[in-house]
Amino acid sequence: MLALFLKRGHGGGSNPFQHLEKSAVLQEARVFNETPINPRKCAHILTKILYLINQGEHLGVMEATESFFAMTKLFQSNDPTLRRMCYLTIKEMSSIAEDVIIVTSSLTKDMTGKDDNYRGPAVRALCQITDSTMLQAIERYMKQAIVDKVPSVSSSALVSSLHLLKTSYDVVKRWVNEAQEAASSDNIMVQYHALGLLYHVRKNDRLAVNKMLSKFTRHGLKSPFAYCMMIRVASKLLEEEAGQLLLSLKISMQLLLCSYEGCFRAISTLPSLIATLAITTLLKTGSESSIDRLMKQISSFMSEISDEFKVVVVQAINALCQKYPRKHAVLMNFLFTMLREEGGFEYKRAIVDCIISIIEENSESKETGLSHLCEFIEDCEFTVLATRILHLLGQEGPKTNNPSKYIRFIYNRVVLEHEEVRAGAVSALAKFGAQNEEMLPSILVLLKRCVMDDDNEVRDRATFYLNVLEQKQKALNAGYILNGLTVSIPGLERALHQYTLEPSEKPFDLKSVPLATAPNAPVAVVKQPEKVAATRQEIFQEQLGAIPEFRGLGPLFKSSPEPVALTELETEYVVRCTKHTFVSHMVFQFDCTNTLNDQILENVTVQMEPTEGYEVIGYIPAKTLVYNQPGTCYTLVALSEEDPTAVACTFSCMMKFTVKDCDPNTGETDDEGYEDEYVLEDLEVTVADHIQRVLKPNFGAAWDEVGDEYEKEETFTLSAIKTLEGEGVSELLTFLLAPFRSLTGRLLGQSCSYCDNKLAQASKTQKSIPSPMGTRLDCGRQESILHSTVSGRQTFPEAFQIPPEDLCLLQDVSFLVHPP
Amino acid sequence: EPSLYTVKAVIILDNDGERLFAKYYDGSYPSTKEQRVFEKNIFSKTQRSDSEIALLEGLTVVYRSSIDLYFYVIGSPYENELMLTAVLNCLFDSLSQMLRKNVEKRALLENMEGLFLAVDEIVDGGVVLESDPQQVVHRVLQAAKEQIKWTLLR
Repeated sequence: MLALFLKRGHGGGSNPFQHLEKSAVLQEARVFNETPINPRKCAHILTKILYLINQGEHLGVMEATESFFAMTKLFQSNDPTLRRMCYLTIKEMSSIAEDVIIVTSSLTKDMTGKDDNYRGPAVRALCQITDSTMLQAIERYMKQAIVDKVPSVSSSALVSSLHLLKTSYDVVKRWVNEAQEAASSDNIMVQYHALGLLYHVRKNDRLAVNKMLSKFTRHGLKSPFAYCMMIRVASKLLEEEAGQLLLSLKISMQLLLCSYEGCFRAISTLPSLIATLAITTLLKTGSESSIDRLMKQISSFMSEISDEFKVVVVQAINALCQKYPRKHAVLMNFLFTMLREEGGFEYKRAIVDCIISIIEENSESKETGLSHLCEFIEDCEFTVLATRILHLLGQEGPKTNNPSKYIRFIYNRVVLEHEEVRAGAVSALAKFGAQNEEMLPSILVLLKRCVMDDDNEVRDRATFYLNVLEQKQKALNAGYILNGLTVSIPGLERALHQYTLEPSEKPFDLKSVPLATAPNAPVAVVKQPEKVAATRQEIFQEQLGAIPEFRGLGPLFKSSPEPVALTELETEYVVRCTKHTFVSHMVFQFDCTNTLNDQILENVTVQMEPTEGYEVIGYIPAKTLVYNQPGTCYTLVALSEEDPTAVACTFSCMMKFTVKDCDPNTGETDDEGYEDEYVLEDLEVTVADHIQRVLKPNFGAAWDEVGDEYEKEETFTLSAIKTLEGEGVSELLTFLLAPFRSLTGRLLGQSCSYCDNKLAQASKTQKSIPSPMGTRLDCGRQESILHSTVSGRQTFPEAFQIPPEDLCLLQDVSFLVHPP
Repeated sequence: EPSLYTVKAVIILDNDGERLFAKYYDGSYPSTKEQRVFEKNIFSKTQRSDSEIALLEGLTVVYRSSIDLYFYVIGSPYENELMLTAVLNCLFDSLSQMLRKNVEKRALLENMEGLFLAVDEIVDGGVVLESDPQQVVHRVLQAAKEQIKWTLLR
């Protein structure tokens, strides 16, 4: 072939194979019979034959066989190129010509010969012409070739073995040991081929494939091709396992359609994961009538599965309770049975959660539920659960028909348990005392006994509650026993820390702590102390506190939740305002941005003109406003002293500053500037800016606390509202709360869901129901009577000059109006 | 389905989309007629395109052109494209060495033997046999080197 690299002189770049004609070429093949053999010539003829075949030329059996036989003569020559071309021809013709096996011995000789060049290609040619019977004869050679040190030989043997799997699987199967050995080869192609062969042999045996995978992932693979292959094998295995699981599930579902009995028997044979899934599906698809039977059958099943699966089943039961509230008795019984059995913490907690949610949703179940829970805590090993249940008892117990029966259980806990449970029991007792006047004397007696307890916490709590209860004031009870802390806890921590640093004669004032804007964490045990991020309010407090002029203002009551834009977005100067409310003052913070790059503004203030009541005290300017860097200036304003209720006001605002021209490229400014002003939009201050939410977790107590004096009754005709459910209520609320727009976001959400609940109940019973919502609904007529109340410390609706129907007490919120 | 059978076909076309070489390793296009239609199709789709890979007729086609030749390696749509490209590049680089960087039609036609042998060393029955062009060239030309030895010794 070296000769081919020299110019062959086939003039002019035309295709030497262009006008080949099959019969002519095959005729030429007769040359093969001549001796001595001219390797070059013969090789070229073979090339032409191969070219023709490649071009799709069809060879008949006769002519192919003839040419094949002629070619066998060429084995007499030792010319390597010619030999290689012979191998190629054998391969091409093996499917067309007959009796091709006559070259077997020649190929076998080459395969085992000394010339490594021939061995690889010879193996491949040989395997192409070999059938299964013949394969056994050369089996020995194949095995040797697979583990041969020469990579091309090994690869050729392995790949050929792979092809032979299709026809001679049983024979090739016997070569896996050799293939295994080859798989540890350093040559990346050999490793790839060996692994491929091994996989193809074993692919129906999952265990073997698994083993193969784990072995090679442990030892690592040199060959990237092998890696790709292993990844595919692994993903196929995963698919198959998932497929099996799904199949099991499908079977159990099919059985389900036939009968429950059959299904349960089948489920017991499935692995527990599948069984659990099957059970939960049964629970989810169960109908109301089938629940009784279902529960009976599940109890036997539950003892066999592990805790984590039990939790899954409990959660499914929870969902079932939501769906069929009338079945609460059966389900509760089941849950309590399970609760009494052995089980881990997570499992029991899941059950308790489920029971509590049933109790909360379903008032009919309350009595039985609470009684059962009392029994449970008699013997409960988990303090967290015991304290949780005690908390629940404290909350719900007083409202039941016969609250005194719970006292015994609770008091027993005080006597018998750990300190955490005792402390929880004390709190629960106090709640009973706070809500129930008849029981109060007994509770006081019990609490007095608790004051002698060993543990600090228990004694402290008992003493505290005793003192509060002895005052016999509803407001105190509500504030200190029934409702939690209304202030934000990190804020409280900070304020207390501050107080300890600056010793003072005055007692610590809780009012100086900012109110909590979100519910504090529930009674559940906090696992680790969490770093609580400073709220927005606290950040503002710090910022404003840093300015000397604002130090004397006192604590920050409220900041407006969103800055108000006083300019359009695309103007030369962009100004936004945040309103901060203090005890007798307001600070307006203006964040200004200069969008002109050829100007610098200095000494920027925003002048404000109030329409009434307020008085501007002073300005803190922003020193400079460079292009596109926001700066802040403040305006301090005092509330009117004569008329503390004049809180609504409109301010006309004007930005005043000194302008200096500036070169946009260099940033140099002129020394001299000129005064200029820029008109901003008016700023409104409304009642909402002086009102902050106070969270009242215990609505009933807050409602009672307000009392009857502040109650107002009004009648409305609802002509535009079609239904009371859902939208009707939300439209009402929107109307009522219009002046408090900035507060209403979440309010509406909360109120509506509560309302909807009540409405749903009302629509079922067709009665009118008084609800703490403050709305009494007569479903027959499209009318409603709204009870509205104002809760305030000092001020009164009339004084505010806001129509009274605009203020109402909603679930969960009362307005703390800030005192003048 | 993991398998060593990664290559469905290796095709070389000339400037006019005419076949210079084609080897089909599975039954995707059993008759010559179907093959030629397929080759025409891939030629027309890739002739002007600069990119190296396409999904045509539900198959992955990686391709490369040089002067007046177009090289294609075809695989299944789920096949690892980099593996196919490795095959393509191996073929191309081997030929490049053997043809002294003249990867063009005339040189190729003058060296059809080399081409047949090279492809035989790279892909066997659809399985990638060798991916290193050096190895391929070595094995193809080894024969020639032996020949020189003989001639020198004589």
